[in-house]
Amino acid sequence: MTASAILIQFLNGLASASSLFFVAAGLSLIFGVTRIVNFAHGSLYMLGTYMGCSLVEYFGRTPLGFWGGVLIAGLAAALIGAMIEATLLRRLYQAPELLQLLATFALVLVIKDFALWAWGPEDVLGPRAPGLDGAVTIAGRAFPEYDLLLIALGPVVLGLLWLLLTRTRWGSLVRAATEDREMAGALGVNQGWLFTGVFALGSLLAGFGGAVNIPREPATLMMDLSIISDVFVVVVVGGMGSIPGAFLAALLISEIKAFCIGIGEVHAYGIDISFSKLTLVVEFIVMAIVLVIRPWGLLGRAASVARGPGTLEDPLRSPSRHLLALGVAVLGVLVLMPVLGDAYTLVLLGDILVFALFSVSLHFIIGPAGMHSFGHAAYFGLGAYGAALALKHLVPMEAALFAGPFVAALGAVVFGWFCVRLSGVYLAMLTLAFAQITWSVVFQWDSFTGGSNGVVDVWPAAWLGSKTAYYYLTLVLATAGILLLWRMLYAPFGYALRAVRDSPLRADAIGIDARRFQWAGFSLAGLFAGLAGALYAFSKGSISPEVVAIPRSVDGLVMVLLGGIQTLTGPVAGAAVFTWLQDTIARNTDFWRATLGVIILILVLAFPQGATGMLRRRFAREQS
Amino acid sequence: MTALAARNLCKAYGGVQAVDDVSFSVAAGEVLAMIGPNGAGKTTCFNMVNGQLLPDKGTLEFEGRSIAGRAPREIWRMGVGRTFQITATFASMTVRENVQMALLSHYRRLASLFSVAARQHREEAEGLLERVGMRDQAERACAVLAYGDLKRVELAIALANAPRLLLMDEPTAGMAPGERSELMQLTADLARDSNIAVLFTEHDMDVVFTHADRIVVLAQGRLIAQGDPAHVRADARVREVYLGSMHA
Ligand SMILES: Nc1ncnc2c1ncn2[C@@H]1O[C@H](COP(=O)(O)OP(=O)(O)O)[C@@H](O)[C@H]1O
Ligand SMILES: [Mg+2]
Repeated sequence: MTASAILIQFLNGLASASSLFFVAAGLSLIFGVTRIVNFAHGSLYMLGTYMGCSLVEYFGRTPLGFWGGVLIAGLAAALIGAMIEATLLRRLYQAPELLQLLATFALVLVIKDFALWAWGPEDVLGPRAPGLDGAVTIAGRAFPEYDLLLIALGPVVLGLLWLLLTRTRWGSLVRAATEDREMAGALGVNQGWLFTGVFALGSLLAGFGGAVNIPREPATLMMDLSIISDVFVVVVVGGMGSIPGAFLAALLISEIKAFCIGIGEVHAYGIDISFSKLTLVVEFIVMAIVLVIRPWGLLGRAASVARGPGTLEDPLRSPSRHLLALGVAVLGVLVLMPVLGDAYTLVLLGDILVFALFSVSLHFIIGPAGMHSFGHAAYFGLGAYGAALALKHLVPMEAALFAGPFVAALGAVVFGWFCVRLSGVYLAMLTLAFAQITWSVVFQWDSFTGGSNGVVDVWPAAWLGSKTAYYYLTLVLATAGILLLWRMLYAPFGYALRAVRDSPLRADAIGIDARRFQWAGFSLAGLFAGLAGALYAFSKGSISPEVVAIPRSVDGLVMVLLGGIQTLTGPVAGAAVFTWLQDTIARNTDFWRATLGVIILILVLAFPQGATGMLRRRFAREQS
Repeated sequence: MTALAARNLCKAYGGVQAVDDVSFSVAAGEVLAMIGPNGAGKTTCFNMVNGQLLPDKGTLEFEGRSIAGRAPREIWRMGVGRTFQITATFASMTVRENVQMALLSHYRRLASLFSVAARQHREEAEGLLERVGMRDQAERACAVLAYGDLKRVELAIALANAPRLLLMDEPTAGMAPGERSELMQLTADLARDSNIAVLFTEHDMDVVFTHADRIVVLAQGRLIAQGDPAHVRADARVREVYLGSMHA
């Protein structure tokens, strides 16, 4: 690259950093005070973009119309954020962390369908900024005027936030609450208003960040999840709760991305490296490196782990005779199903079995092992792709079916090595990052994975070709997988995982090497998720990058949490209900996401401990 | 026989010399109390012995082998048990299972994937619970125990690897006065019966002077006196440090 090209790429990086910083600062503020990781933050950014486009159209393309539209879009996002906090999240501050996450993800679904309804499925192109739609010449190259403004806007907003947080009473309350919630409570702070206010401010930043970007990027229905994963990375790299950290990380990541695009294709030592294709992955690589070297981020502080007592879990009892009888009965019905049910039911049951295995493998690490994974789809997807690609490379189907889990386990061994070094929110973010890396690789490596088209013609061997035969294969393998995972939880290995979760201090003091057990547990969970993925691939006949995408990971969490994380059978029940529900809703409405989101919200509010946990408690009360 | 020998231990935090050239030793079967006002450096000393802190200077030997800088779990494997100032047990397990975990680890059976944990070393775990008077509560979840009972479970866990040295940082903190003496009596009896060396820190002077064979006194990071209870009680510097607050 020439010097002028380097300069231009540097300025490009600065311009992209600003909007990213606004959104990240908002998320960081909200997390700092409420300790909620708000998945719906990206949705407010998306709404900001859509509303910005519409408002500017409405006000007219004049400087006043443009900036008025951008500001009002931000304020509207603030209002929506405040309403979400006051009506919904406020009820969940005492709920387990994962359940809060689930609720905010349900909001993502609702808001996405709202945007679909209001703006339609096509991308919406935003207007140029009136008066700033030209370009200036820098080092002999054209550079958009608007981007110069964005470059200036970043530090200005950082300065304003700094003034707000250090020079106002409200700001010092926010800082006090971020550092020590109990102390802030003791100071007599009206927590309700403080929390609502922080949500409003954070959402304002998200909406403004989205609206200010309209001349540079079209509004799309995909941008909510793509920005939220970028923002997670920024906040984690910068340090959760640190605004200057978010600024620094936004700069760092935007610059690295800009230079990857700038470098483009490189031919060195006889190999071609496409740096522009690296952009999707590079931020996650930065994040993984930062988290391993400084687990609390660049400017964050080592977190005091204590998150209250959490939910108390009862000791693991061996299954009662009633439960065993029920299990045998269910299995009996499943075996007879090809005779009793139609082809459609068989396919649905096959899906349920696959997702039950996926959900049980996720429960294995987030429940007993206490490692909150947001990225379990990585191993499902590696299993699916491992099997499909093995088949394409002329491995017999029977062997390909086992190549899948093997590839998934390999991925879990590599990613798990990093993950077991972290805990809590940081661990969750890192697992998400690895899932996104996997997704990006699958999505971009056209020549090997088929890119966005995926892999087609992934059919089982002839003897397994009929619906009935494949159903039986799924039944046998999924049931065996689930029973093996359960068995391990009753074994010393599973107890060791729970020991490390319950008290790392005591576990260390009785000679348990926490990381080794967590690593092994993570890998085993990956192996079985991979088996589920491989079974899935052959049942559908084709796969696409969706099998690795964020919604798949969240589906798993929904299944486990709806079923109840404190029971072993809960994840199976959750998988059955969720898969059936998703299928039913998808066949009856175009707005299946919103419907599902609303159902999840209702369930979360009604059963903050998960449905099975709730039933069990009621049952126990009746018995006593 | 000397179980633990600490020589010239030093540890500083920034500018604060938390522990300054401290030497002491504990013999097998002996109960040694470490006392001193708040901030004297007791916990710092303790955490160097149990592996949570690395000494700046000095040596630490357990039965003649150096333990300075080893991880807590390695020190445990060598035969050192410990209880925590704030109890640390596995809340989602029963009392018996807590002890079984220590036994499973001791016998290196934890990596087993398919045996049933609750059936392993059951009798041995109940024997240990018997020794601390907790056998009748073996089936209860640790999460619901009274604090004094948790302390006894910790003692049973600490005894599971047949330790030759027992470390107890403020073992009776948070307990009712009656329970305190009972727990220390239990500990002292165990130490003498099984020839275990015990090192403990303690605030309650009644407990210290009743149950310790020997006492070391720290003040501002330095060792200012050591000897049997009568000797320490009579020491002028100890009296000065405690400003007459000691029941002497
Ligand atoms: N982690 C730490 N960082 C800085 N100073 C410490 C730390 N831990 C202890 N100190 C200081 O070291 C000294 C000894 O503390 P400690 O060993 O806890 O004493 P004790 O247990 O006898 O009350 C005190 O002055 C204390 O403030
Ligand atoms: Mg202390």
